[in-house]
Amino acid sequence: METASNFLNIKDVSTAFKINGQFYDAISHINLQVHHDEILAIVGESGCGKSTLATTIMGLHDPAETKISGEIDFEGTNLLKLDDDGYNDFRGAKIGMIFQDPLSALNPLKRIEDQISEVMDYHTSLSKEEKHERVLQLLDEVGIVNPKRTAHQFPHELSGGMRQRVIIAIAIACKPDLIIADEPTTALDVTIQAQILDVLRDIQKENHAGIILITHDLGVVAETADRVAVMYAGQIVEEGTAEQVFNTPEHPYTRSLLRSMPQRDNENDDLYVIKGNVPSLQKMPSTGDRFAPRIPWVPASAHEENPTMHEVAPGHEVRCTCYKEFSFPDQKGSVTA
Amino acid sequence: MWKTILRRFLIMIPEVIILSILVFLLAKAMPGDPFTGSINPKADPQQIHHLMKINGLYDPWYQQYWQWVVHLFHGNLGNSYQYQEPVTRLIAGRAGNTLWLALFTMILTYAFALPMGVFAGRHEGKLPDTIIRVYTYVTYCIPFFVILVIGIWIFGYVFGWFPTTGSISAEASGSGWLQTIGSRFYHILLPGILGALFGTVNIVQYLRSEVIDAKGSDYVRTARSKGVPSKDIYRHHIFRNSLLPIAAFAGYSITGLLNGSIFTETVFSYPGMGLLFVNSISYRDYTVITALVLIYGILNLIGTLLSDIILSIVDPRIRIE
Repeated sequence: METASNFLNIKDVSTAFKINGQFYDAISHINLQVHHDEILAIVGESGCGKSTLATTIMGLHDPAETKISGEIDFEGTNLLKLDDDGYNDFRGAKIGMIFQDPLSALNPLKRIEDQISEVMDYHTSLSKEEKHERVLQLLDEVGIVNPKRTAHQFPHELSGGMRQRVIIAIAIACKPDLIIADEPTTALDVTIQAQILDVLRDIQKENHAGIILITHDLGVVAETADRVAVMYAGQIVEEGTAEQVFNTPEHPYTRSLLRSMPQRDNENDDLYVIKGNVPSLQKMPSTGDRFAPRIPWVPASAHEENPTMHEVAPGHEVRCTCYKEFSFPDQKGSVTA
Repeated sequence: MWKTILRRFLIMIPEVIILSILVFLLAKAMPGDPFTGSINPKADPQQIHHLMKINGLYDPWYQQYWQWVVHLFHGNLGNSYQYQEPVTRLIAGRAGNTLWLALFTMILTYAFALPMGVFAGRHEGKLPDTIIRVYTYVTYCIPFFVILVIGIWIFGYVFGWFPTTGSISAEASGSGWLQTIGSRFYHILLPGILGALFGTVNIVQYLRSEVIDAKGSDYVRTARSKGVPSKDIYRHHIFRNSLLPIAAFAGYSITGLLNGSIFTETVFSYPGMGLLFVNSISYRDYTVITALVLIYGILNLIGTLLSDIILSIVDPRIRIE
C-alpha cells in the first residue's frame, strides 16, 4: 500500500480517554492510508471509534484528558508532534472537517459570510473583497441557489441541508488536501443526503483531495466510497476496496453488518440482528478477538489470541483468523470456508 | 429590529395601565384620606365631609382613577402627610442620589463580574476558579444587609476610610462644585463597592457556566477545525456568545439594584428613594408610598423592556424581520 500518492499515513495510532483518572483506549493501533482522489469510508456502529479517529487526526482532543500514541504522517509532517499553533497551520488549511450536526456546528450569532471567511483570515492573504468573492463562489459550488442572500443570513434562517452545505463550504474554502467528513448526511433527509454526497464528489474531482467519509450508513458507503475500512470496538477489522468489502466480505462483523441491512428481495421477513453490544471502554478486553462474544457459536480455537490483519487479496485485509471458520448459525453447512 | 423594539414598547402600555390601576386600588384600600394629615382633632366632621365631596372622593372608583391619572400627568401626586410638601418635589430631591448610587453600583458590578466569570469559566477546575467559586458561595450565603453592616464596621469604623452616613459632607455642601462632586462620590464609594460585591455573585456564576458550555459547543469545535488560535476562539466565539444572557440580564439587574438600594440606603442613612420608602412606611405616609410603588413598578417594566431590546440587538434569532 505504500505508494507515492499516500499523503496521509496513520501508523499504529491509539487514542485513550481519561475516565475516573484512568486511561482507556477508544481506538487502538489504527493503521490507515489515504490517497489523493479517493474516498475512504470508515464504517462501524455507534461507539466504535470512528469519530474519535477523525478528531484525533484533526487534533481536537484536550491533551490533559487524552493520551494519543503512534504517528500521523501528513505530507511528511508527523501531526502528533505538533503543538496547538503548529496544528493550526494544518487545520482548515490542509485538512478540512465536515461535522455531523449542521444545526449546532455553526455559530448562531455570526453571519454565514463571516463564518466562511474566518477560515481564510488565518490561512490566506486575500483582501476583504477577494474573500467576499470567494465566499460567494464557494456557496455557489456547494449548490446554494442564492449565494448573495445566504452569505448575509444567520444560521437559524437556513434549512438543515443549507447549513450542511455551508459547513462543507467552510471545510473546502482553503482547498485542503484532506477532507474529513464525519457523518455528513446523518442529520439530513434522504433527498438532501444524495445532493450532499454529489457535492462532496464534485469537490473531490476538482481539488484532487482525499476524503475520509465516516458513516454508519452502508448505503452511503456503497454509493460513494472507493475504499472501505470497517471498524469494530476501536479496531479496524476489515479493509479493502468497496467492491472487495461489499462483494466478498470476510470478517464476521462485516458479513453480519451487510446481512443486517434490510433487503427488498428478502424472502425471510426477519431482519438479521447482531446479538449483544459493543463493550464499553472500561470493559474492553485487552487480548482476544473483540467480536468473539457476539458470535458465540464460533469455537474459541478459531480466534487468534492477539488478532492481526491478514491479507486475503491484494489490498484486502481482515483481522483475526476466525473468518475462515465463520458461518451464520442458520446457514451452517451451506457456507463453509 | 426597530419593529421588534416598537412592538415590545407597545406591549408595555397595557402593562403600565394595569400597574397603575393596581397601585391606585391599593392606595384606595389603605386607611385614611388626603385630609388626614392636615386636619386637627377639633375639625368639624361636616366640613371634612364637604371637603371630601368637592374633591371627588365619593365618586365611583373609575372616575377617581381618571382624576388621579390626569393629576399624574400634571406631575401632581398629592402631598406627603409627613413632610407637608408635594410628593413630586420630595421624590425629585432624592431620585438623583439613588440614580447615582445605582449607576455606580451597576458599573462596578459588571467591572468585577465579567472578568471574574470569564476567567473562572476559562480555567474551570483550576485554583483561580475554585477561589472565585468559594467567594461567590460565601457571598451568596450572607444576607445583603449583614454584608453592609460588616462592611461599614470594617471600612467605615475600624479603618475609618469611608463615611458611613449621608450623601455629602456638611462642609462640602456649601463650597464649590468640585468639592461637592468629590464629596458625593466619596459617599457612594463604600455602598457602591459593597453592593457590587454582592451583585456580582449571580453574574459570575451564570457567566462561568455559559463559558464552560460554549467551550464544549459544536461551533467552537468548528472554529478549532478552521485553525483559529485559542485566544481568538475565546474572543470571537466564546465570549460574545456567553455574554448574551448576561446582556439580557442587564435590564433586570436595574430592578435588583432598586431593591438593593432600599437596604443600602437604610443601612447607610443615604437620602435616596429607598430610604424615603422605608421611612414613609414607618410613618404611614401613604401618598409617598403609593407614588414610590408606582415609580418602582414602572422602573421594573422599563428594566424588562431594556432587557428585551438589548437581547434583540445582540441575538439575531430574536429579531422580527
